[in-house]
Amino acid sequence: MSALTLKNLDISYGDTKVVHGVNLDVPEGESFALVGESGSGKSTILRAIAGLAPEWTGEISVLGKPRTHGVDRNVSRTVQMVFQDPYGSLHPRKTIDSALSEPLAIHGIGNRGERVEAVLKQVGLDQRFRFRFPHQLSGGQRQRVAIARALMLEPKVLLLDEPTSALDVSVQAEILNLLKRLRREQNLTFLMVTHNLPVVSFLCDRLAVMRHGKIVEIADVAQLKQGDLKEPYSRELLAATAA
Amino acid sequence: MSSPLLEVENLRVSFPTHSGRVEVVKGLSFTLGRERLGIVGESGSGKSMTGRSILKLIRKPGEVTADKLRFEGIDILDQNEKQMRAIRGARISMVMQDPKFSLNPVMTVGEQIAEALVTHQKLGRKEVQQRILDMLVAVRINDPERVAKLYPHEVSGGMGQRIMIAMMLIPEPELLIADEPTSALDVSVQAQVLDIIDDLVTRKGMGLILISHDLALVSRYCDRILVMNAGRVVEECAAGQLDKAQHPYTRGLLAAMPVIDETRDELPVLDRTQWAGT
Repeated sequence: MSALTLKNLDISYGDTKVVHGVNLDVPEGESFALVGESGSGKSTILRAIAGLAPEWTGEISVLGKPRTHGVDRNVSRTVQMVFQDPYGSLHPRKTIDSALSEPLAIHGIGNRGERVEAVLKQVGLDQRFRFRFPHQLSGGQRQRVAIARALMLEPKVLLLDEPTSALDVSVQAEILNLLKRLRREQNLTFLMVTHNLPVVSFLCDRLAVMRHGKIVEIADVAQLKQGDLKEPYSRELLAATAA
Repeated sequence: MSSPLLEVENLRVSFPTHSGRVEVVKGLSFTLGRERLGIVGESGSGKSMTGRSILKLIRKPGEVTADKLRFEGIDILDQNEKQMRAIRGARISMVMQDPKFSLNPVMTVGEQIAEALVTHQKLGRKEVQQRILDMLVAVRINDPERVAKLYPHEVSGGMGQRIMIAMMLIPEPELLIADEPTSALDVSVQAQVLDIIDDLVTRKGMGLILISHDLALVSRYCDRILVMNAGRVVEECAAGQLDKAQHPYTRGLLAAMPVIDETRDELPVLDRTQWAGT
């Protein structure tokens, strides 16, 4: 079954239309990347799926069920998002424990203490971090917390918006390994936005190249590895990375 | 060989904390001729502090000491603020990371570039205008008359960064320090911006210090590379020899980067206990 299906998706912010007629199908268990430069609309697609950009027309289906506009509880249970900047995406005055418990409280799930402990273990954070504040953690540790928070509701799909671009190379490697392991262990589907093609090569199965709000090419990661992309713009991106 | 542009010997930068002074740069030495030097390291390795101390931009309570910190024979540590202002911008200039925060939001692009120029040289208005337009063309802005009248929020990130480069290069400095000049930009724009810097630096025979966390990028645009970790230089090598790097930290960094034809199932992670002295 498809985890995510987008049909003729147009997304606007006010009067400005930023995504034009996107069609995409991501099967369950796949790791799919959206690449392209700033302003190409790739993050906007993630935001629309998560319910953060409600002005869209067309169809967004999650696990076969069409989603409504805006925030939707059932969608939140299956789809969660990890944001780019671990410094900005955690509440500075909430402890890690309360940040991780919040989704459970919203959805009325019990056993919170044990669940928080379990998820910290999954993302490779020591229990001593549980009652600390975000400013007491490094960037890599914060991104682990952000991933942990996304995993709290045991979702099927993770939307990853440049999850490693604010991190150092060696920390990026740790987070990429973590994401790869989590996907394997929990059979997650990834839809990841990035402009780093080597990261796509490491973590993804397929990719879509976007420009000016449109998908210009969908390719297999094997094609990326061999430098076998068809569209001139995709080749340009590849050349900028590989040179 | 002519005397070096910049000589640094035993540079130390420290900041006070509750548990005594902490050194963030611990005895750094290098010399720079009219060449392109890359300084690579991760967050907190002291690379930006090194760049800032060359321009004497570290404010109290930070403290900079060095056995030698000379730029073309001038002892930087001996200069007072007024003398430093004659050096900053005119002879050594610095391109910062993020154009969004480094450009003045209430001045047009043209005014800002003009300010950089007239602070250091007395020129007629027509000549200033001409120099600005020429400079904008040099950083490959197609429509310089229009762009000069725009405000920073009206230009894209890549264009903003090119404007900043124009501003830094218009007084024709002898040394350019670029601190992560492209990390706020897209990959496709990164190469363009670096090509412009590279071209201008080579053409004018300037010295360049490129500070970055991106090993691949630095090895592409520099002649020589210093790898820093925890305030010290752990490795110095020619850019072309990077793949033959010896130090476990450098090798670890290189291995941790995914490549475009990635086949490894897991990326090797740095074992920080191996060499960290602190």
